[in-house]
Amino acid sequence: MKAGFRSVRHLSALGAGLAISCVTSPIFAQSIRDVESVAKERGLTTADLIAAAKTYVPSGEKDEYLMFASGGHAGQIFVVGLPSMRLLRSIAVFTPEPWQGWGYGVGNKILEEGFPEGKANLWGDTHHPALSETNGDYDGQFVFINDKINARVAVVDLRDWETKQIVKNPLTLSDHGGTFVTPNTEYIIEGGQYSVPWGSEYAPISEYKEKYKGSVTLWKFDRKRGRIDRDQSFAIELPPYWQDLSDAGKLASDGYFFMNSLNTELATGGIQDKKPPFEAGASRNATDFLHIIDWKKAEQVFKAGNVEQIEGFPVITLETALAEGLLHVTPEPRSPHGVDVAPKGDFIVVSGKLDPHVTIYSMEKIKNAIADKTFSGTDEFGVPILDFDSVVEARIEVGLGPLHTQFAPDGYAYTSLYLDSAVARWTMGGSYGSGTPEPDWTLVHKTPVHYNVGHIAAAEGDTVSPDGKYLVALNKWSVDRFFPTGPLLPQNLQLVDISEQGTRAPVIYDMAMGVGEPHYAQIVKADKLEPWTTYPEVGWDPHEQNINPMAPKPKMERVQRNEDGTVDIFMTAIRSHFNPEHIYLKQGDVVRWHITNTERAVDATHGFAVPVYNITASLEPGESVTIEFVADTAGTFPFYCSEFCSALHLEMMGYLMVEPE
Amino acid sequence: MTALIDRFFGPRVNPLEASRHSLRYGTPGFLLLVARVLLLVSLFLPYWHMELQAPQYPDGLHMTAYLNALTGDVAEIDGLNHYIGMRSLYEAAEIERTVGVFVMIAFVVMLELAAYIHTRWAVLLVVPVVFFPIVFLLDLHLWMRHFGLNLDPEAPLSNAVKPFVPTAIGKGGIGQFVTIATPGTGLILASIASFVLVLALLFHRRAYLPLVKQNKALRTSTT
Repeated sequence: MKAGFRSVRHLSALGAGLAISCVTSPIFAQSIRDVESVAKERGLTTADLIAAAKTYVPSGEKDEYLMFASGGHAGQIFVVGLPSMRLLRSIAVFTPEPWQGWGYGVGNKILEEGFPEGKANLWGDTHHPALSETNGDYDGQFVFINDKINARVAVVDLRDWETKQIVKNPLTLSDHGGTFVTPNTEYIIEGGQYSVPWGSEYAPISEYKEKYKGSVTLWKFDRKRGRIDRDQSFAIELPPYWQDLSDAGKLASDGYFFMNSLNTELATGGIQDKKPPFEAGASRNATDFLHIIDWKKAEQVFKAGNVEQIEGFPVITLETALAEGLLHVTPEPRSPHGVDVAPKGDFIVVSGKLDPHVTIYSMEKIKNAIADKTFSGTDEFGVPILDFDSVVEARIEVGLGPLHTQFAPDGYAYTSLYLDSAVARWTMGGSYGSGTPEPDWTLVHKTPVHYNVGHIAAAEGDTVSPDGKYLVALNKWSVDRFFPTGPLLPQNLQLVDISEQGTRAPVIYDMAMGVGEPHYAQIVKADKLEPWTTYPEVGWDPHEQNINPMAPKPKMERVQRNEDGTVDIFMTAIRSHFNPEHIYLKQGDVVRWHITNTERAVDATHGFAVPVYNITASLEPGESVTIEFVADTAGTFPFYCSEFCSALHLEMMGYLMVEPE
Repeated sequence: MTALIDRFFGPRVNPLEASRHSLRYGTPGFLLLVARVLLLVSLFLPYWHMELQAPQYPDGLHMTAYLNALTGDVAEIDGLNHYIGMRSLYEAAEIERTVGVFVMIAFVVMLELAAYIHTRWAVLLVVPVVFFPIVFLLDLHLWMRHFGLNLDPEAPLSNAVKPFVPTAIGKGGIGQFVTIATPGTGLILASIASFVLVLALLFHRRAYLPLVKQNKALRTSTT
């Protein structure tokens, strides 16, 4: 085995110019000549071999980084290892997921908490994952994600990689500027997107300006409980623009967060009445507004009780926000997408899709402009507009359709170019300038990607200490990159090697993502996470992250008929049997079926699946779950372990017999 | 009565003689002390290990026996053993594990006592301790044999696995598992103690047998 690895490592020597050094390994007697012949046979270039050598992770070796990617329509989070680009797991969040049993026996209550207006919405449109941070750096403890379609936020605990909470925003019905966390995860920011009347009440669009509202919600995170504390959370009313991507300030900009917006024209569409459609009306003006919000001051205003209860939720009204000086705006290139804060918090980079520049704002200039009231006027809601020229640091022409920016440790920034299908590398100025050989604020290189890149994610590239090394372009179109999988093609996640300076930043891997459309992703050093490989003790309740005293234990298995007519089933699962194996119920029984997986071995997961009743659960080692249902259908139902657990897995089954009334 | 006790404990060495031949009279007592220390230390160390290797357990499964406890992946091994109908390892050598520490303390007291006995009766106190490691291994083997040969015929794999005797020391195998049983440091220390005790008895004989004979001759000549 070792000898095999050794010859793979020599690939880079090969790449240096195909100098045949004839390095032989004594065991397999393989040499660099063999690599050459494989390359010839498969038509691989030197660059291909280098890319392979840089990304191949041998069996048993582990990836250096983990990418937490949103799942788009899948409503989940996908976790991918870098540099191998292997999909390691999906984490079920807003959408039922049978392998994890999510929504089919476990997690049902969490899903229900997030139902908008009580209606079962069993999917999500996840966009922007946010790893929890300590001092502006990922701490590997939690990951949060938004659901754009119904304005919800979920909390995932990275000890067991399970969703613990879903909160439904009571004010709005869509969010895009979320989730982003403040530097110590004090708040999870969720910016609304398409304005609706509070609580999405009915109002004709002719009353848009008066009735429709913009907002941003600051969900207080209780790290100890691993939950959002709704009682300590609040929202700020914003003008009815469509607020977009956001980012929290850090270091030099700590205490602030920034939000893009579109449709500052307040367009109301109406193509059916020969009025300009939204796409035209909402991009009429040359500029939209970058929102600059002082959240530390807002927190004081909230704590002082200077809020209005709207839909049962505390809201700092626009009037209060203006009176307290919480909100300023400044012009930004129209139809913006990303607003990204530089590692030291001193610059804020905005990309407008219809402007070939990235626009870099200086936090120092913003603070001065706020202090000196250097306003070029107010918008029609009275929000003071900071004079554009007084707050801009630089503008760089990077290409067509700039979307989103990430940072590297050496002073480079990277911006995705949607229309150019490329990733631009450009130099930062200020104190970052000395890290790069090129002059400050200049475009250095463009790497073509395939195709229509949306977000990009660099290793820890939105934290106070970016790692560089790897960047992933999350491309919307793959067109000709993979075997055509029918008319619906996979997304293409391309790994870009950004370890060298200057004009080299090659794509080194294409990962087909055929299960949803990841939008944003964050890439964290794998050693920052300390996941459990089994639950800490047998009888663990993952929801409470504690031992469930009621969890079934070995020798205490039973079917218990309660005085109120309900039935509790206490069952254990271990290779290769459930105990008890015969369950007699009467039609109509209200059943609580408790199962503990008493295994302690890593990966000894059992499934529990019941036909007709639409039940499946994943029981990880030590886990105890409770599945509730009404035995409304009489019959004989073989239930079984749905995870191939052992050689006698097929025998791991039992019979549920529901006697007719 | 006093005479009987004297004859049991044997002759005392006068201080002058003792200091003149400190090596001769000191060695048996010193060796007994070394053995006592070794045994006391062994109480806190593992006596026996078993490692089970199989493809799906890359780190192996490990079980460690102390004189009074069984630790490691015992539950997991028990879980696997149920397929072949082997009883839970926790049910093995229960009495031994309960009394193990007390036996060892009794051994230490016996050796302490042996240091004061200058007759052949000392052998009686030392020999059980000398044989302890062998008895430990024999007991282990008998338990393994008992467990391996008495498999539940109703077990899931009883048709596939015939009764067998797991190895107490050395390499064995069952199913896809390779088992490697090795003595623990505690058992090694106890074995060293046994060797030291044999030496102690030799030196004991060399030091006190002449005195015993001398006394006997004295008694015969006076009567």
